[in-house]
Amino acid sequence: MSNNIVEAKNLKVYFKIRQGLIKDIFSKKERYVKAVDGIDLGIKKGEIVSLVGESGSGKTTTGRAILNLVHHEGLLKFDDEIYDLKNRKWLSSFRKRAQMIFQDPYQSLNPKYMIIDAVSEPLRMIEKNLSESEIKERTIQALEFAGLKPGEDYLYRYPHELSGGQRQRVAIATVFVVSPNFIVADEPVSMLDASIRADIVNLMYEMKEQKGTSYLFITHDLSLAWLISDRIAIMYLGKIVEIGPSEIISGNCRHPYTQALVSVLANVDVDNKRQKIVLKGETPSPTNIPTGCRFHPRCPIAKDKCTKEEPQLTEIEKNQFVACHYPEVILRFVDEKK
Amino acid sequence: MSNLNKIRREKYEVRKRNFKQFIKTFFNNKIGTLGFIMLMFFVVVAYVGPNFYHYSPVEVSKGALLAPPTEGFIFGTDHLGRDIFGAIIYGTKTSLIVGFSGALISIFIGSTIGLSAGFVGGGLDNVLMRITDGMMVLPKLALIMVVSAVLGTNIRNIILVIGLTGWTGTARLVRAQALSLRERPYIERARSIGASKFYIVYKHILPNVFPVIFAQTILATSSAILSETSLSFLGLGDPLSVSWGQVLNGAFVNGAVSVGAWWYFVPAGAAIVLMVLSFTFIGYSFDEILNPKLRGR
Repeated sequence: MSNNIVEAKNLKVYFKIRQGLIKDIFSKKERYVKAVDGIDLGIKKGEIVSLVGESGSGKTTTGRAILNLVHHEGLLKFDDEIYDLKNRKWLSSFRKRAQMIFQDPYQSLNPKYMIIDAVSEPLRMIEKNLSESEIKERTIQALEFAGLKPGEDYLYRYPHELSGGQRQRVAIATVFVVSPNFIVADEPVSMLDASIRADIVNLMYEMKEQKGTSYLFITHDLSLAWLISDRIAIMYLGKIVEIGPSEIISGNCRHPYTQALVSVLANVDVDNKRQKIVLKGETPSPTNIPTGCRFHPRCPIAKDKCTKEEPQLTEIEKNQFVACHYPEVILRFVDEKK
Repeated sequence: MSNLNKIRREKYEVRKRNFKQFIKTFFNNKIGTLGFIMLMFFVVVAYVGPNFYHYSPVEVSKGALLAPPTEGFIFGTDHLGRDIFGAIIYGTKTSLIVGFSGALISIFIGSTIGLSAGFVGGGLDNVLMRITDGMMVLPKLALIMVVSAVLGTNIRNIILVIGLTGWTGTARLVRAQALSLRERPYIERARSIGASKFYIVYKHILPNVFPVIFAQTILATSSAILSETSLSFLGLGDPLSVSWGQVLNGAFVNGAVSVGAWWYFVPAGAAIVLMVLSFTFIGYSFDEILNPKLRGR
């Protein structure tokens, strides 16, 4: 009996590449985009775990796989129950408990739906047998919780009448209305103004504090992840390369990729200039993943072993896991002032 | 209970307001307004005209044969001495009925095929689109002629044939829309709360495709009217119903053109052009409203 709300073991999401009709039929070799290539991840109850990585590293796909929105392989557990995809009853209870907040508030609301319809849709879908007045009441509650007060005023409006921040609040209300235990937040603030970001993040934090909701917070912004999450997982090319408590990831990270990411964070302290570690080259295509450690072509400390053997996630300090053959090497942040 | 009614009423109020807004935008558009007035004129002529003006194609006529416009027959008479003005008035209804029913059938088939191909995708999409392509490359008029010759020529068959052959463009258009809508995050959101495919198509995709379907219906109506006219003109129309195509056919067969009896074919031709034009105007202005990129330049 673990206290994990979500557990993924060797989670894989491969997308088949269509190579044209003739090749599809005759070629024996099938090619895949390995968007997520074997991830182990556990999220505790009431915990916020951030998934950080550059675009194309598979972080959104991981979130979608956990919510069963894409076809996936590997073992997934929710609340210690193995995903029972053929069981309608389980699916519907799963959907009540796990929800997703999408990135783009301009796209995640149906333009033809009034706010009351959009927010109450999950209620009608998931909790059947609610009376209309109950639905309306809970819709207003959710809107007000999401910071749209008074909720009554927003019920009969269309999304195009609202600003980006208001729309994201509506989108969040559509999730909060069923009070899920677990939320995948897919870059929920990356499309918003800086002034609204803090509000939205606080809102999600409040939900966690009040109801013990767990989050998988997907972002490419390491500083934001550091601010809000309990643990951070760094993804590179479909794999988690380092995972650990946020303060360790920012202060004592060991994977060269994480070190490079941390080194380029904006630093407020003007006197303390650090040298940035600039990685050479670009992320390889997920159709053609390098042998051995998938980071080795860009890694400043890559050695012969890295091109042959793929490193596994190993615990090097308490709760800190790194997938690197040489986690003891600390890249130098050379002090420019000397 | 009263609460439920209140919610319904409030929603209804908002929808009414939006509908009024749409109507206002439509009538701000000059071309659309002109088209609408022309169409209304035809509708009034078709449904009110016959009450005031008596005409029957099978009645023995009192007029002279192929006579130019006179006081009694303001559009003149045909080769059997029948009143042409009466034929134009009575033919209006035929054109409208064939136009609307043909368009409705073709739009229904087209959007069903387009939606299922676009949303379900995969093998079904392939099969449906190949069928659509096949239908597209067949010369439409020849197909209509052959099928209506086989089925027999009456108004019901003509409507059916026009509807069954005219859906290809709509299917392609609706499929394209459905394909683009399918990838929107709100569809994924609906899936994440456990919506069935049918629910998503019916509640999320259809309302967003509907404006396109609506504009397409209007354009399809004018093409259905033209198809009926062509059929009648070629002598494959329903001989028992009065239509503008029949008038043109009579004019052509009986050599009205070569003897210079312009009054035999000009009114029918003008009526067809005006009616098609009215639908095109309305369709054009809908297109402009629904596609703001075309607006106001």
